[in-house]
Amino acid sequence: MSQFLQVLLSGLATGSIYALAAIGFALVWQAAQTVNFAQGEFVMVPAFFVLIGMGFFGMPFWLALAFGLALSMLVLGYAFKKLIVEPILPHGGITLIIATMALAILLKETVKEFYSAEAQPFPALFSNAPMNFFGAAVSIQDILNLIVSLSIVVVLTLFLNRTRTGRSMQAAAQNPAVAEILGVNVKRMVLYTFLINAALASLAAFLITPVYLAKFSNGETIGLIAFIAAIVGGFNQIRGALVGGLLIGVLDNLTATYVTAQYRAALPLVLLIIIILVRPQGIMGTSEGRSV
Amino acid sequence: MMAWKWRWLLVALLLAAAIAAPLGQKSYIVYVLTSWLVFAIAAMGLNLTLGYAGQISLAQASFMAIGAYITALLTLAGWHWLIATPLALLACFVVGLLLGYPALRVKGHFLAFVTLAFNTLVFLVLRNEEWLTGGSYGLSGMPRPDLGLFTTMRPLPFYYFTLAITVVAALAMWGIVRSPWGRAFRALRENPIRAESLGLDTRRITLLAFAIGSAYGGLAGALVTSLVQFIEPASFGVGHSLRILLMVVVGGAGSFFGPFLGSGVVILLPEVLRFTEGYYLIIYAVLVIVMLVYAPEGLIGIGARLKAKFFSRSQVRADMSQGATLK
Amino acid sequence: MTAPVLSVRNIEKRFGGIRAVRGVSFDVHKGEILGLIGPNGSGKSTLFNCILGQLVPNAGEVAVSGRDVSGMRPSDLNKLGVGRTFQQLSVFPRMSVLDNVILAGQEHRGTMTSRLFGAPDAGLTQDAERMIAFFRLTHLRDELAGSLSYGQQKLVDAAMAFMAGPSIVLLDEPAGGVNLTMLAHLKDRLVAYNAEHGTTFVVIEHNMEFVMSLCTRIIVLAEGAVIAEGTPDEIRSNQTVIDAYLGG
Repeated sequence: MSQFLQVLLSGLATGSIYALAAIGFALVWQAAQTVNFAQGEFVMVPAFFVLIGMGFFGMPFWLALAFGLALSMLVLGYAFKKLIVEPILPHGGITLIIATMALAILLKETVKEFYSAEAQPFPALFSNAPMNFFGAAVSIQDILNLIVSLSIVVVLTLFLNRTRTGRSMQAAAQNPAVAEILGVNVKRMVLYTFLINAALASLAAFLITPVYLAKFSNGETIGLIAFIAAIVGGFNQIRGALVGGLLIGVLDNLTATYVTAQYRAALPLVLLIIIILVRPQGIMGTSEGRSV
Repeated sequence: MMAWKWRWLLVALLLAAAIAAPLGQKSYIVYVLTSWLVFAIAAMGLNLTLGYAGQISLAQASFMAIGAYITALLTLAGWHWLIATPLALLACFVVGLLLGYPALRVKGHFLAFVTLAFNTLVFLVLRNEEWLTGGSYGLSGMPRPDLGLFTTMRPLPFYYFTLAITVVAALAMWGIVRSPWGRAFRALRENPIRAESLGLDTRRITLLAFAIGSAYGGLAGALVTSLVQFIEPASFGVGHSLRILLMVVVGGAGSFFGPFLGSGVVILLPEVLRFTEGYYLIIYAVLVIVMLVYAPEGLIGIGARLKAKFFSRSQVRADMSQGATLK
Repeated sequence: MTAPVLSVRNIEKRFGGIRAVRGVSFDVHKGEILGLIGPNGSGKSTLFNCILGQLVPNAGEVAVSGRDVSGMRPSDLNKLGVGRTFQQLSVFPRMSVLDNVILAGQEHRGTMTSRLFGAPDAGLTQDAERMIAFFRLTHLRDELAGSLSYGQQKLVDAAMAFMAGPSIVLLDEPAGGVNLTMLAHLKDRLVAYNAEHGTTFVVIEHNMEFVMSLCTRIIVLAEGAVIAEGTPDEIRSNQTVIDAYLGG
C-alpha cells in the first residue's frame, strides 16, 4: 500500500509538471489555432538558457532562472509568434504544424551543436531528501514540485477568470470578431497567450530538468506527453489539460511499476487513440463551444 | 500544366540523367543516389495520401518499417526478394486500410496525432519483441536479390534495379493519379461534402488513400532492407516520418514530381552541406521554415510561380471572385 | 398511380429545445419546379438537410419514387437520382471546370475497377463538354473552378448537379449573391433544362422575384411548419403568408 502511495504521489508530481506544458499547449491551440509541435523543445530550451546564464554570464542561480524565464518569453513567446506563426498561419494549419516540426528540429540541433550533446546536470530547486508521507517514502522535491505546479495552475486560473486582461484573453480566444468589436485588443491578447505558454514551459523546465538532466533530446518525450495530456484531458478548459497531465503521470508510473516497463510508453499512445476516436473532446471537454 | 510533348521530353531527360548519374562514381555516391530513389518512393506514397487526398499522415516511416522487416525476415529465411516484397506490400496495404479508419472519424491535427501515435506504437513493438525483430540490435545480413541474369550485390547493379522499380512505381502512380480515382482523391481533398453529394463514396476513397500510400511506404522499406542490409527500429521512428513529410512538402504536395524533388533535397542536401558538419540539420530546418513562409507550395510551387511570370495566362474574373452577398 | 418523385412525411427536427422543423409533409411531382420559401429561421435549410441525409431527423420519413430513403448517406442518395446544389463552397477550386463536371458524372459510370483501369475521363469528356456548353461556360472549360466569379461557380455547381442525369435536383438558394445578368441566365438555363429533360426541381430561395417567376408551385414555411401551398399567384395574395413575412 505504501508503495502504491509512493508511486501515486511521484506520478502526480511528474504529471503536474507535464500539465504545465499541456496547459500552455492547449492555450496556444485555442487562442491562436497553433498546434505547436515544438512544445517539448520549448520545455527543453529554457533549462539551457539558465545554464548559459550561470556558465557564460556567471549569474547566481536565482538570477539565471529569471534570465532564463525572460529570454524564453522573448524567444519562444514573442519571436515565435512574430517570425513563425504570423507569417505561416494564413497558409493553413497543416503548414504551420510542419513549420513547428521544423522548429523543433532546429531547436534540438542548435542546442546539440552549440552547447553539448551530453546530458548536463541542472541545479535542483528543492532538496531530493525523502520524507515520510503516510508511510510512503516520497522525496521532498516531488511534494514541492506538485505544490508549485498546482499553485501555478491556480494562479493562472485566477488570472484568466478574475482579472480584466484574463477575461479579455478568454473573449479573444472564444470569439475574436466580437471581442474586437467590444474593444479588446485581440492581437495583444494572442501575444499574451504565447508569452504565457513560454512562461509555463520555462517553469516546467525548471522543475523537471533537475530530475532528467538537461539534454537536447528531452523535448521528444515531454512534447508527446504534453500533446497527449492536452487532448486526453480535453482542450476546452485548463482543468482538462491539468487532469490529462496528472492522469498520464500517474498511469505512466503505475504501468511501469506494476505492469510492464518496456511498453510503458504505449499506454499514453493507446489512450490517445481511444480518446480521439471515442471522445475527441477529451475527458473534461464539452463537445461544443470553447473556453480558455 | 506543361504541354504534353515538353513533359515527355523532360521525363526522358530526367531518366537519362538518372541512368548516367552513378557511372564512374564512388560506391558511396551510388549509395546516396539509391537512397534518393528509395525515399522518393516513400514520398510518392505519402504524396498520394497527403498531397492528392488531403489526409495527413505521420506514419509513413512505420510502413517502411513493416515492409522492411517482413522482407528482411522472409529473405533471411531464404525467400527471394521478388516474392517476399509483394507479401510485404500486401501487409502494408491491409494495415494502411486499418489506419484509414481513424481518418474517417477525425481530420487535420487530430489525425496527425493518431498517426503519430501509431508510428510510435509500431516502433515500440519492433524494439520490444526481440524474438521476432531482433529488438534494438535489429536484423542484419539480408541478401540482395539475385536476378538470374545478374546479381545486385554490387552498388551499381543494385542502383539500376532500384531505378527500374522506381520507374514502375512511378508509372503506377501516374496511372492512379490520372484516372478517375485520382480525380476522386483530389475531390476528397478539395470539398469532401460536395464529393459525397455527387455519389463519391468518400469513406472508401479515404481508406484507399491510406492503403495505397502505405503500400508505397512498404515498397520503400523492402528496398531499404536490401540497400543497407541492416535494419533497426530507430531508423523508422517518428522523426523519420517527419522527414518524409518534409520531403513531400518541400517538393510540393499534390504535384507529381514533387516527391522526387523533395526527396532529393532532403537526401542530398546533407551530403552537400557535409562540410558544415553537424550544422546541416540546423541550416536545413531554417531553410524549411523560410520556405514555408515564402513558398508553402514547395519547390514545384516556386517553379510554377516563375513559369507564370514568364508565360502568364489571363486571369478570369478575379475581381468578381465574391459577388455581393445577402448574408 | 405512380409514386411522387419525392415524398416527405412528418419530418421533425429538434435542436435542444428548439423545434426547427415541425411535422412537415409534402409531395413533389415529376417535372414540377417546387419552390420552398419562408422568412429567416423558418426551417427551410434544416428541412433540406434532413431530406438530403446531411442531418438525421428526429422523426418522419423521406421517400424517393416510392422508396424509403430516410437516413441514407448523401452518396447513396445521389446514386438513386437525387442531385443537389450548395449555397457556398460548391465547386472543387483547384480542379478545372471540365474536371469538376467529369467528376460529377464519373461515380455513376462503371465500377471502382473500371474507374482505375479504364479511360482517364471515364468516357465523359464529350458529355461534360455538352453540359458546360449548355451553361454557356465553354470558354472557361480549362480554368480552375476556384478562379471563377461567384455566379460562374454557381453555374458550374448546377452543371455538376445535372451531370449524372438525376430525376430530382434540390437547389439551395441558387440566386444568393448572384448579379442580375447572371441570375437571368441561370433561371433561363434551369427552365430550359426542366423543359428538355423533365427533371423535377425543388428550390429554396429568399429572392421572391426569382422564385415566383421560376416555380410552378410554392410551399411556404414559417417557424418550422407549412403555412401555405399553391401557385405563385395564390401565394402572392395569401394573407397568412403576408403576415408571416411581415411578422404579424
